[in-house]
Amino acid sequence: MKIVIGQGSCGIAAGANKVYSEIEKEIGERGLQVDVELTGCIGMCFLEPIVDVIDEEGLKTTYVNVTPEMAKEIIEKHILKNQAINEYSIVADDLSILKKQKRVALRNCGLINPENIDEYIQKGGYKAIEKCVKEMSPDEVIEEVKKSGLRGRGGAGFPTWFKWEAARKSSDSIKYIVCNADEGDPGAFMDRSILEGDPHSLIEGMLIGGFAIGAKEGIIYVRAEYPLAILRLKKAIKQAREKGFLGTNIFGEEGFDFDLRIKAGAGAFVCGEETALIASLEGERGMPRLKPPFPAQKGYWGRPTNINNVETLANIPWILEKSGEVFSAMGTEKSKGTKVFALTGKIKKGGLVEVPMGIPLKEIIFDIGGGIINDRKFKAVQMGGPSGGCIPAQLIDTPVDYESITKTGAIMGSGGMVVMDEGTCMVDMARFFLEFTRKESCGKCIHCRIGTKRMLEILTRICEGQGKDGDIELLEELGIKIKEGSLCGLGQTAPNPVLSTIRYFRDEYESHIYHKKCPAKQCISLLTYSILKEKCVGCGLCGRQCPVNAIEGEIKKSHKIDQEKCIKCGKCKDVCKFEAVELM
Amino acid sequence: MNCCKGEHSNKSKLGMENIDFKKLDLILEKYRDISGSLISVLQEVQEIYSYLPMEVLNYIADKMKIKPAKVHGVATFYTQFRLKPVGKYMIMLCQGTACHVNGSKAIEEALSDELNIKEGETTEDNLFTLNNVACLGCCSLSPVMMINDETYGKLTPEKARKIVREMKEKEQKVV
Ligand code: SF4
Ligand code: SF4
Ligand code: FES
Repeated sequence: MKIVIGQGSCGIAAGANKVYSEIEKEIGERGLQVDVELTGCIGMCFLEPIVDVIDEEGLKTTYVNVTPEMAKEIIEKHILKNQAINEYSIVADDLSILKKQKRVALRNCGLINPENIDEYIQKGGYKAIEKCVKEMSPDEVIEEVKKSGLRGRGGAGFPTWFKWEAARKSSDSIKYIVCNADEGDPGAFMDRSILEGDPHSLIEGMLIGGFAIGAKEGIIYVRAEYPLAILRLKKAIKQAREKGFLGTNIFGEEGFDFDLRIKAGAGAFVCGEETALIASLEGERGMPRLKPPFPAQKGYWGRPTNINNVETLANIPWILEKSGEVFSAMGTEKSKGTKVFALTGKIKKGGLVEVPMGIPLKEIIFDIGGGIINDRKFKAVQMGGPSGGCIPAQLIDTPVDYESITKTGAIMGSGGMVVMDEGTCMVDMARFFLEFTRKESCGKCIHCRIGTKRMLEILTRICEGQGKDGDIELLEELGIKIKEGSLCGLGQTAPNPVLSTIRYFRDEYESHIYHKKCPAKQCISLLTYSILKEKCVGCGLCGRQCPVNAIEGEIKKSHKIDQEKCIKCGKCKDVCKFEAVELM
Repeated sequence: MNCCKGEHSNKSKLGMENIDFKKLDLILEKYRDISGSLISVLQEVQEIYSYLPMEVLNYIADKMKIKPAKVHGVATFYTQFRLKPVGKYMIMLCQGTACHVNGSKAIEEALSDELNIKEGETTEDNLFTLNNVACLGCCSLSPVMMINDETYGKLTPEKARKIVREMKEKEQKVV
């Protein structure tokens, strides 16, 4: 018997550590012969903590939303008496989520123990790099990646082979390969999941990249906010070194040396920009510079440097093992292969899913994600984070590939999908993103630095009910200016969340500005709480709860809210048993 | 930027005499021959003091032969670096997109109210610091916060209040 506990950050946040120690304790106390192992995130974060029990025949029972008490029961019944507990195990409908996916980058996540290199090797790991070193030339490796049609999964979707070839052609004796693991889009977490759940796939991807372009040194630039990812990576690198996958003369191949190191980022979204990332690696402020020269010619310490993101690199070993054609057989004409999406927001079954490119948005949100929480109305999905935009309900049939998503005004980005329902205010959403980009602008370009600030001021004003005629046009004008006047991707895309919400939800902006109403009932300054005379029985409960004594009225007579005093906390509406408090 | 000109007299006056330069020297020694390691140095130094005291920044500049302005520039550029001391419990409240959509603003209000501080501040008793951060990577459990190394998901304003209240009570018992 074997017990496997999901120990990704999401699992741990849901309480997996407590479950783990309970299981260890129970097993220790009873002196049972059971292996307890950990694994990464399987992507069904809404079911965490997840515990798998695997019996002698290899049959797996998956228990979900496990508490320490349930864990004890699982030991008592399943482990001791071999009786699976059906009411705790995963339901067929949730299990089918996995079947609807095609997992390439996530192929091992949630299935192997990320802290044990042998499990990765058992799954065929490090075979692809061996094949490259022993049977292929660097050019053939690049050719295979070209055939796969793989494009960068971090944002712009630039063909990976093209970058590799540019770096390969640079005639310098020292070159670098850098992995951008500084996952910046707030709302996307596929990179974290791969780092925590399958770090060796990234290491192998970097080895292959290093072999192809001729780099002997790789650097992984990880977000400091991901301590667990850093820890697992460190372990993985150590194990890979011990096995001889990193070091000198790898696979006995004279002259193929490669090693890796980790550099923790210090928190700056702009470092997603390649030149800023390089500056940061060199210990400077992460400020972008003009291109050319491109990093492939002059990057880290002036040497040719190739930068790929985590998901891109995790795909590489699979492609080299199975061939580029198998990868390019999936997806659409221009967007090949699969893509990982982080489904969050008002979605029932939030988590990570990997699907072939080109499937309609609807399938991801409704078939896989289970639709909207409380079956409310789907309003929009935000893609591409601070550089992206909102795709409205009427475009739900849009296929997810780079070109189609760009056409809607959003971008593929790193694959974050934040789902919104009718209770999400689009003006507030735009304001939220501008607040983010305003804070994260490095300050080099005036348009980006000051323009985002001005846009934010206008949006805040609109949300607070101070919007003026002409504000929408001003936002549009500013947005275009910022796009034109900014050096790097951050500034060039910062207005997107505003422009795309204006494009699809102009009426919402107008309603804020001209009618001082927030249709989603989210902008506090635009809300009024009032008591409906016909429904109020005068119980006085709301009056006692109101923190500012804004409610007047005699007992058994209908009450009234003093709008001057009301701070719109909503307590009265929450406590009223007669639904007499109305929110407008 | 915040200079220690007496405004935080009780907290930030980590005077030169109180600074343990030995550990600092060890870190500087470790990175002496590695170029471009300023950020790594600052990260490790912050581990020791929990923030970057002004004197320490100047000391680093001096030892690494980098202009103080550059050290300060880097220290203020990245959000990870703090120039002010923090409380015993560092609350990192996620304000990423997923958390925002699921109501992280209300969590912030509840925590501010419970602790009587604003975002970015530390309580009088030096127990709690409240900081907003962007995405902790647990979006499917949003809204999320991290206190020291522990992550708390699926927060509601009440749940968040309860978590810090319990910590407060635990501390009071210890005293
Ligand atoms: S566009 Fe913004 S973030 Fe990019 S270089 Fe200019 S100021 Fe910096
Ligand atoms: S919304 Fe809050 S402040 Fe306003 S009347 Fe109701 S309880 Fe009082
Ligand atoms: S948005 Fe809060 S954890 Fe990602």
